[in-house]
Amino acid sequence: MTKNLPILIVLLPLIAAQLCLLLSKIHRHVGRWIVITAVSASLVMSVIQLLEVIDKGPVHYYFGNYKAPIGIEFSIDTVNAMILILICILGLLTCLFSNEFNQVSDETIIGGMNTVMCLLITGLLGMTSTGDVFNLYVFLEITSLSAYCLIAMGGNKGVVAAYRYMLVGTIAATLYLLGVAVLYANTGTLNMADMSEILNDGEYDDAMLLAMVLFVASFGIKMALFPFHGWQPAAYTHADTSARPLIAGAMGKIPAYAMFRYLFCVYGTDFKYFDYFLKVLGVLSVCAMLYGSIRAIGQKDMRKLLAYSSVAQIGYISLGFAIGTPVALAGAFLHMFGHAFMKAGLFFCVGAIVYRYGKFSLDDVGRIYKKMPLTCGLLVIAALSMVGIPPAVGFFSKWYLGLAAAKQADWIYLAVLVVSSLLNAVYFFRLIEQFFINEDRNLSQIKERGRIEASAWILIPVVVCFVAILALGLCNVKIVNILLMTLGEVGLC
Amino acid sequence: MLDFLAMNLRPLYAVALALTASALIYILGEHVHRNVREAITFAAAVLMAADVYSMIPSVLAGEEIKLEVFRIVKGISFTFNVDPAGMIFAFVASTLWILTSLYSVGYMRGHDEKNQTGYYAAFAMCLCATMGLCFAANLLTFFIFFEILTVATYPLVVHYRDEKGKKSGHKYLAYTLISGQIFFAAIVIIYVFTGTMDFVPGGFVATDTLPMPWACIVFFMMVGAGIVKAGVMPLHSWLPAAMVAPTPVSALLHAVAVVKAGAFCTLRVVLYVFGPEAAKACHGAEILAWMAVATIIVSSMIAIRKNNLKARLAYSTVGQLSYIVLGICILNPFAATGAMYHIIAHAFLKITLFMCAGAIFVTTHKTDITEMVGIGRRMPLTMTAFTLASVGIAGFPFFAGFVSKANIIMGAVEAGKPIYAATFVVSALLALVYLLPVIFIAFRKDVVNPEFAERGEANWRMLVPLLITAVVSIVLGCAPNLGFHLYDIATMAGNSIFGAFTL
Amino acid sequence: MIGTLLAGKGIFFLTLLLLGIGMAGIIVCENYMKKLICMNIMQVAVIFFFLCLGQKNGGTIPVALDSVINAADYINPLPHGLMLTAIVVSLGTTGVGLALLYRIKDRYGSIEERDIIRRGKDKQ
Repeated sequence: MTKNLPILIVLLPLIAAQLCLLLSKIHRHVGRWIVITAVSASLVMSVIQLLEVIDKGPVHYYFGNYKAPIGIEFSIDTVNAMILILICILGLLTCLFSNEFNQVSDETIIGGMNTVMCLLITGLLGMTSTGDVFNLYVFLEITSLSAYCLIAMGGNKGVVAAYRYMLVGTIAATLYLLGVAVLYANTGTLNMADMSEILNDGEYDDAMLLAMVLFVASFGIKMALFPFHGWQPAAYTHADTSARPLIAGAMGKIPAYAMFRYLFCVYGTDFKYFDYFLKVLGVLSVCAMLYGSIRAIGQKDMRKLLAYSSVAQIGYISLGFAIGTPVALAGAFLHMFGHAFMKAGLFFCVGAIVYRYGKFSLDDVGRIYKKMPLTCGLLVIAALSMVGIPPAVGFFSKWYLGLAAAKQADWIYLAVLVVSSLLNAVYFFRLIEQFFINEDRNLSQIKERGRIEASAWILIPVVVCFVAILALGLCNVKIVNILLMTLGEVGLC
Repeated sequence: MLDFLAMNLRPLYAVALALTASALIYILGEHVHRNVREAITFAAAVLMAADVYSMIPSVLAGEEIKLEVFRIVKGISFTFNVDPAGMIFAFVASTLWILTSLYSVGYMRGHDEKNQTGYYAAFAMCLCATMGLCFAANLLTFFIFFEILTVATYPLVVHYRDEKGKKSGHKYLAYTLISGQIFFAAIVIIYVFTGTMDFVPGGFVATDTLPMPWACIVFFMMVGAGIVKAGVMPLHSWLPAAMVAPTPVSALLHAVAVVKAGAFCTLRVVLYVFGPEAAKACHGAEILAWMAVATIIVSSMIAIRKNNLKARLAYSTVGQLSYIVLGICILNPFAATGAMYHIIAHAFLKITLFMCAGAIFVTTHKTDITEMVGIGRRMPLTMTAFTLASVGIAGFPFFAGFVSKANIIMGAVEAGKPIYAATFVVSALLALVYLLPVIFIAFRKDVVNPEFAERGEANWRMLVPLLITAVVSIVLGCAPNLGFHLYDIATMAGNSIFGAFTL
Repeated sequence: MIGTLLAGKGIFFLTLLLLGIGMAGIIVCENYMKKLICMNIMQVAVIFFFLCLGQKNGGTIPVALDSVINAADYINPLPHGLMLTAIVVSLGTTGVGLALLYRIKDRYGSIEERDIIRRGKDKQ
């Protein structure tokens, strides 16, 4: 029964995506509920999958029963099982959240939007579970294409942002394909595990170097790692409001995971230039953490502020990779989960404000807490977590990263962690100040339309993110232990 | 089992009570009558005080109340441990919360303040964090509550939501967050080098754990967070700026929670993390002691020149807090006992002074000392309390301030540091210089200010707390051990730290 | 020397050149349609590169023939299969790109980068 779980998790949303547009023709909302059902089912199955993986170790699923080097393989370990759950939760929340938007549009737009969103979820799930390098490319493109569509749905500027992202994203995909070609030319296999065994012989160091450079550039673009982040702020800013939490919360993380897979699982510490790549990654992450935070300080648009903060936060994740010990990797993944909920939660809050008042600019939301106390309260928790105030999850991921950095005597990383969280504090407290303290020049014009708080469909995701931030923080030991089941064997020791 | 629930979970109850109160107040908010909000605060305060008092006998008997709640990060637990030093701070905070709550009600109503929901919620949150600080058994637990306290105080500082409040808010955050993050980095370093986080009386950092210049740097990285909150110069400037907040907040900041948390943090770091030997070996304690000496003198000088009563008191706080820091840094059982007792003494004395300032402000809307000519005629009880507290601050015998100061001076002499002892004497004189003029102006007979001709005290909700604190400060001065055996507890703490050191 | 290098690896240089042209075009061109065309050129370069990997001298197409039994006599079919997928993906990307271009032209009245930036500022 549980044998087919890995494929079902990906397959269900894929089928739902196909059905969604069709069924939307029958009634506007049928398609949406198909998607929500499918993603919930995937969520349940991912949880079952995780329990099984914890119990019995990594699971391998071979398509059509063709064994590993020949057939395509899905391999699930504890790390990507957790990421699957993360994607499903975020996808589900975003679907619920988008319920409230586009109420008046016709069925093609509603159906199409949900189809694309479901495809995005499918692509992310596929990228996470696959154990085949070319299969990864296909899922990467599914993700990218659906993301282009979702970003393009955000109005005039969204279209241009999507077009630019498409050009850059295609360069990334092409570079990735080139990297795959280099590796395939040398090893003659496309299976990650198989490739890892062949590469470990140490004969192909130069080809591996070339491929890795391509991979870092390609995944760097996709995860918006400094200096490849150019597309990201515009894309996050102008994406469709209802889809933005998923795009900002999950889309940047999966390429980061893919990079981890290549660097640590396929190449491994035996790779001749391994330390060199860690150094490069470290420099890039340090730059990202500082640059993203500094740029975020200057922003007036809430969406842009959060987008630049994402540039910085992705730096935390890659910093964990750059330190490279199991604890650092666990910290990086904990931050990946935490940040997904924090950033999605913040964008849910921004979405709620936009839904009620149509304001994006920080100057226009002074003392909005009086109108939306719950939303603003949760926004504060997410913001504090970003700064790294305990007991929110942001503190604990920083703790593991800092601990690992200190153990490796990488004092610069520790210093940058401190500086970066202080820079985070600067703009997040500015955000809080706007929401709670500053008198707004337009406040009297903000008319209440019906209830003051946003509706339940919007508040459910907000509350779930809030609970997740605290729960992840307080249960971090469990999560780290689960992560270390897999991570304990990779990385420096 | 029942016994366990009732006895061992007590530290957790204290934290949970304040947390629940805070959440309840925020959620109920404007939906309920203000009486309900205040009732919640009171109920929580009284229960918390009862909870804390019930632990005193166990502490005196030397029993250990240790509670491992859960694993907070890999390898470290979220642990509470009730020890004498924490007990003293917890006693002060929980007792004064009741009185400040009563006073707050009077002040906030008398002054028609806005945003009272946020105020009471943040206040309760501060107390929750303070209780956590007191009972935290390891550095990480301590740091968690330390940061919560930092954040929870912020809404109180910017209470008026105006430009001035915002500016002081920025200043406050800049000082505390930066020092907090550096504290974090230092905790990480300490953990990597020692592999433990648990507070041990006498410290767990060995003299050779870190190479020399680094030991001192890490010492200051850690202690920095404490001395920023305690307002040791040159890191004090947020404290007078935070004076824009309502007076009960100033009272809380200065007497109950925040600056005391800073002093307590210094205590924990110097005596429970580094310990006397390591602190001495890395010269950190000595440098810190000299910083404290400078602060004591300079802040008193500044206080003399301040015309605003609250500002004068604020600089007085800066100086008084450095007594505690100096007492800690002398690294002597007497001085440590005195420092801990000064946490209690200064709390009761300074809160009396601030409550008086607030009572004057609410009744007469006067903030400057020069405007208070003859105010003793109008508010004799308030000004009597003010006089008593001023004399106590200067360290006259039969006041709580004397007990602590005498101990610290004894410690300084025993440790062979007469300059430190002299500092205290000079500072006592300076304290008289900046506080007595207020009293003389208030009780001037020759000029009759028509505004103050008739008697009119502040309302009882403000008057009662300040009289109680004034009386308590005398009682604690005459009989330091009365009732709660606070002096014994302070001595126990001192002995537990230096037991191995002096013998 | 150069002769053998070109005979053996020359095709790689050509694909690399194509890739370079494509990427440079994406960066340099101001017209969005030209950018899209360059993007296609870049994708084709990688497809060529992959196909080159599958080639061998004297191999025949990978369709089972009765006359050719030895596996070594066939060329490697896998790169072709992969590139079939890659072509479909690039077709999809081009389709999305064209749809976006259509929208841009619709909303901004131009597909020149300069005009779009100007109009974007006007709208603010």
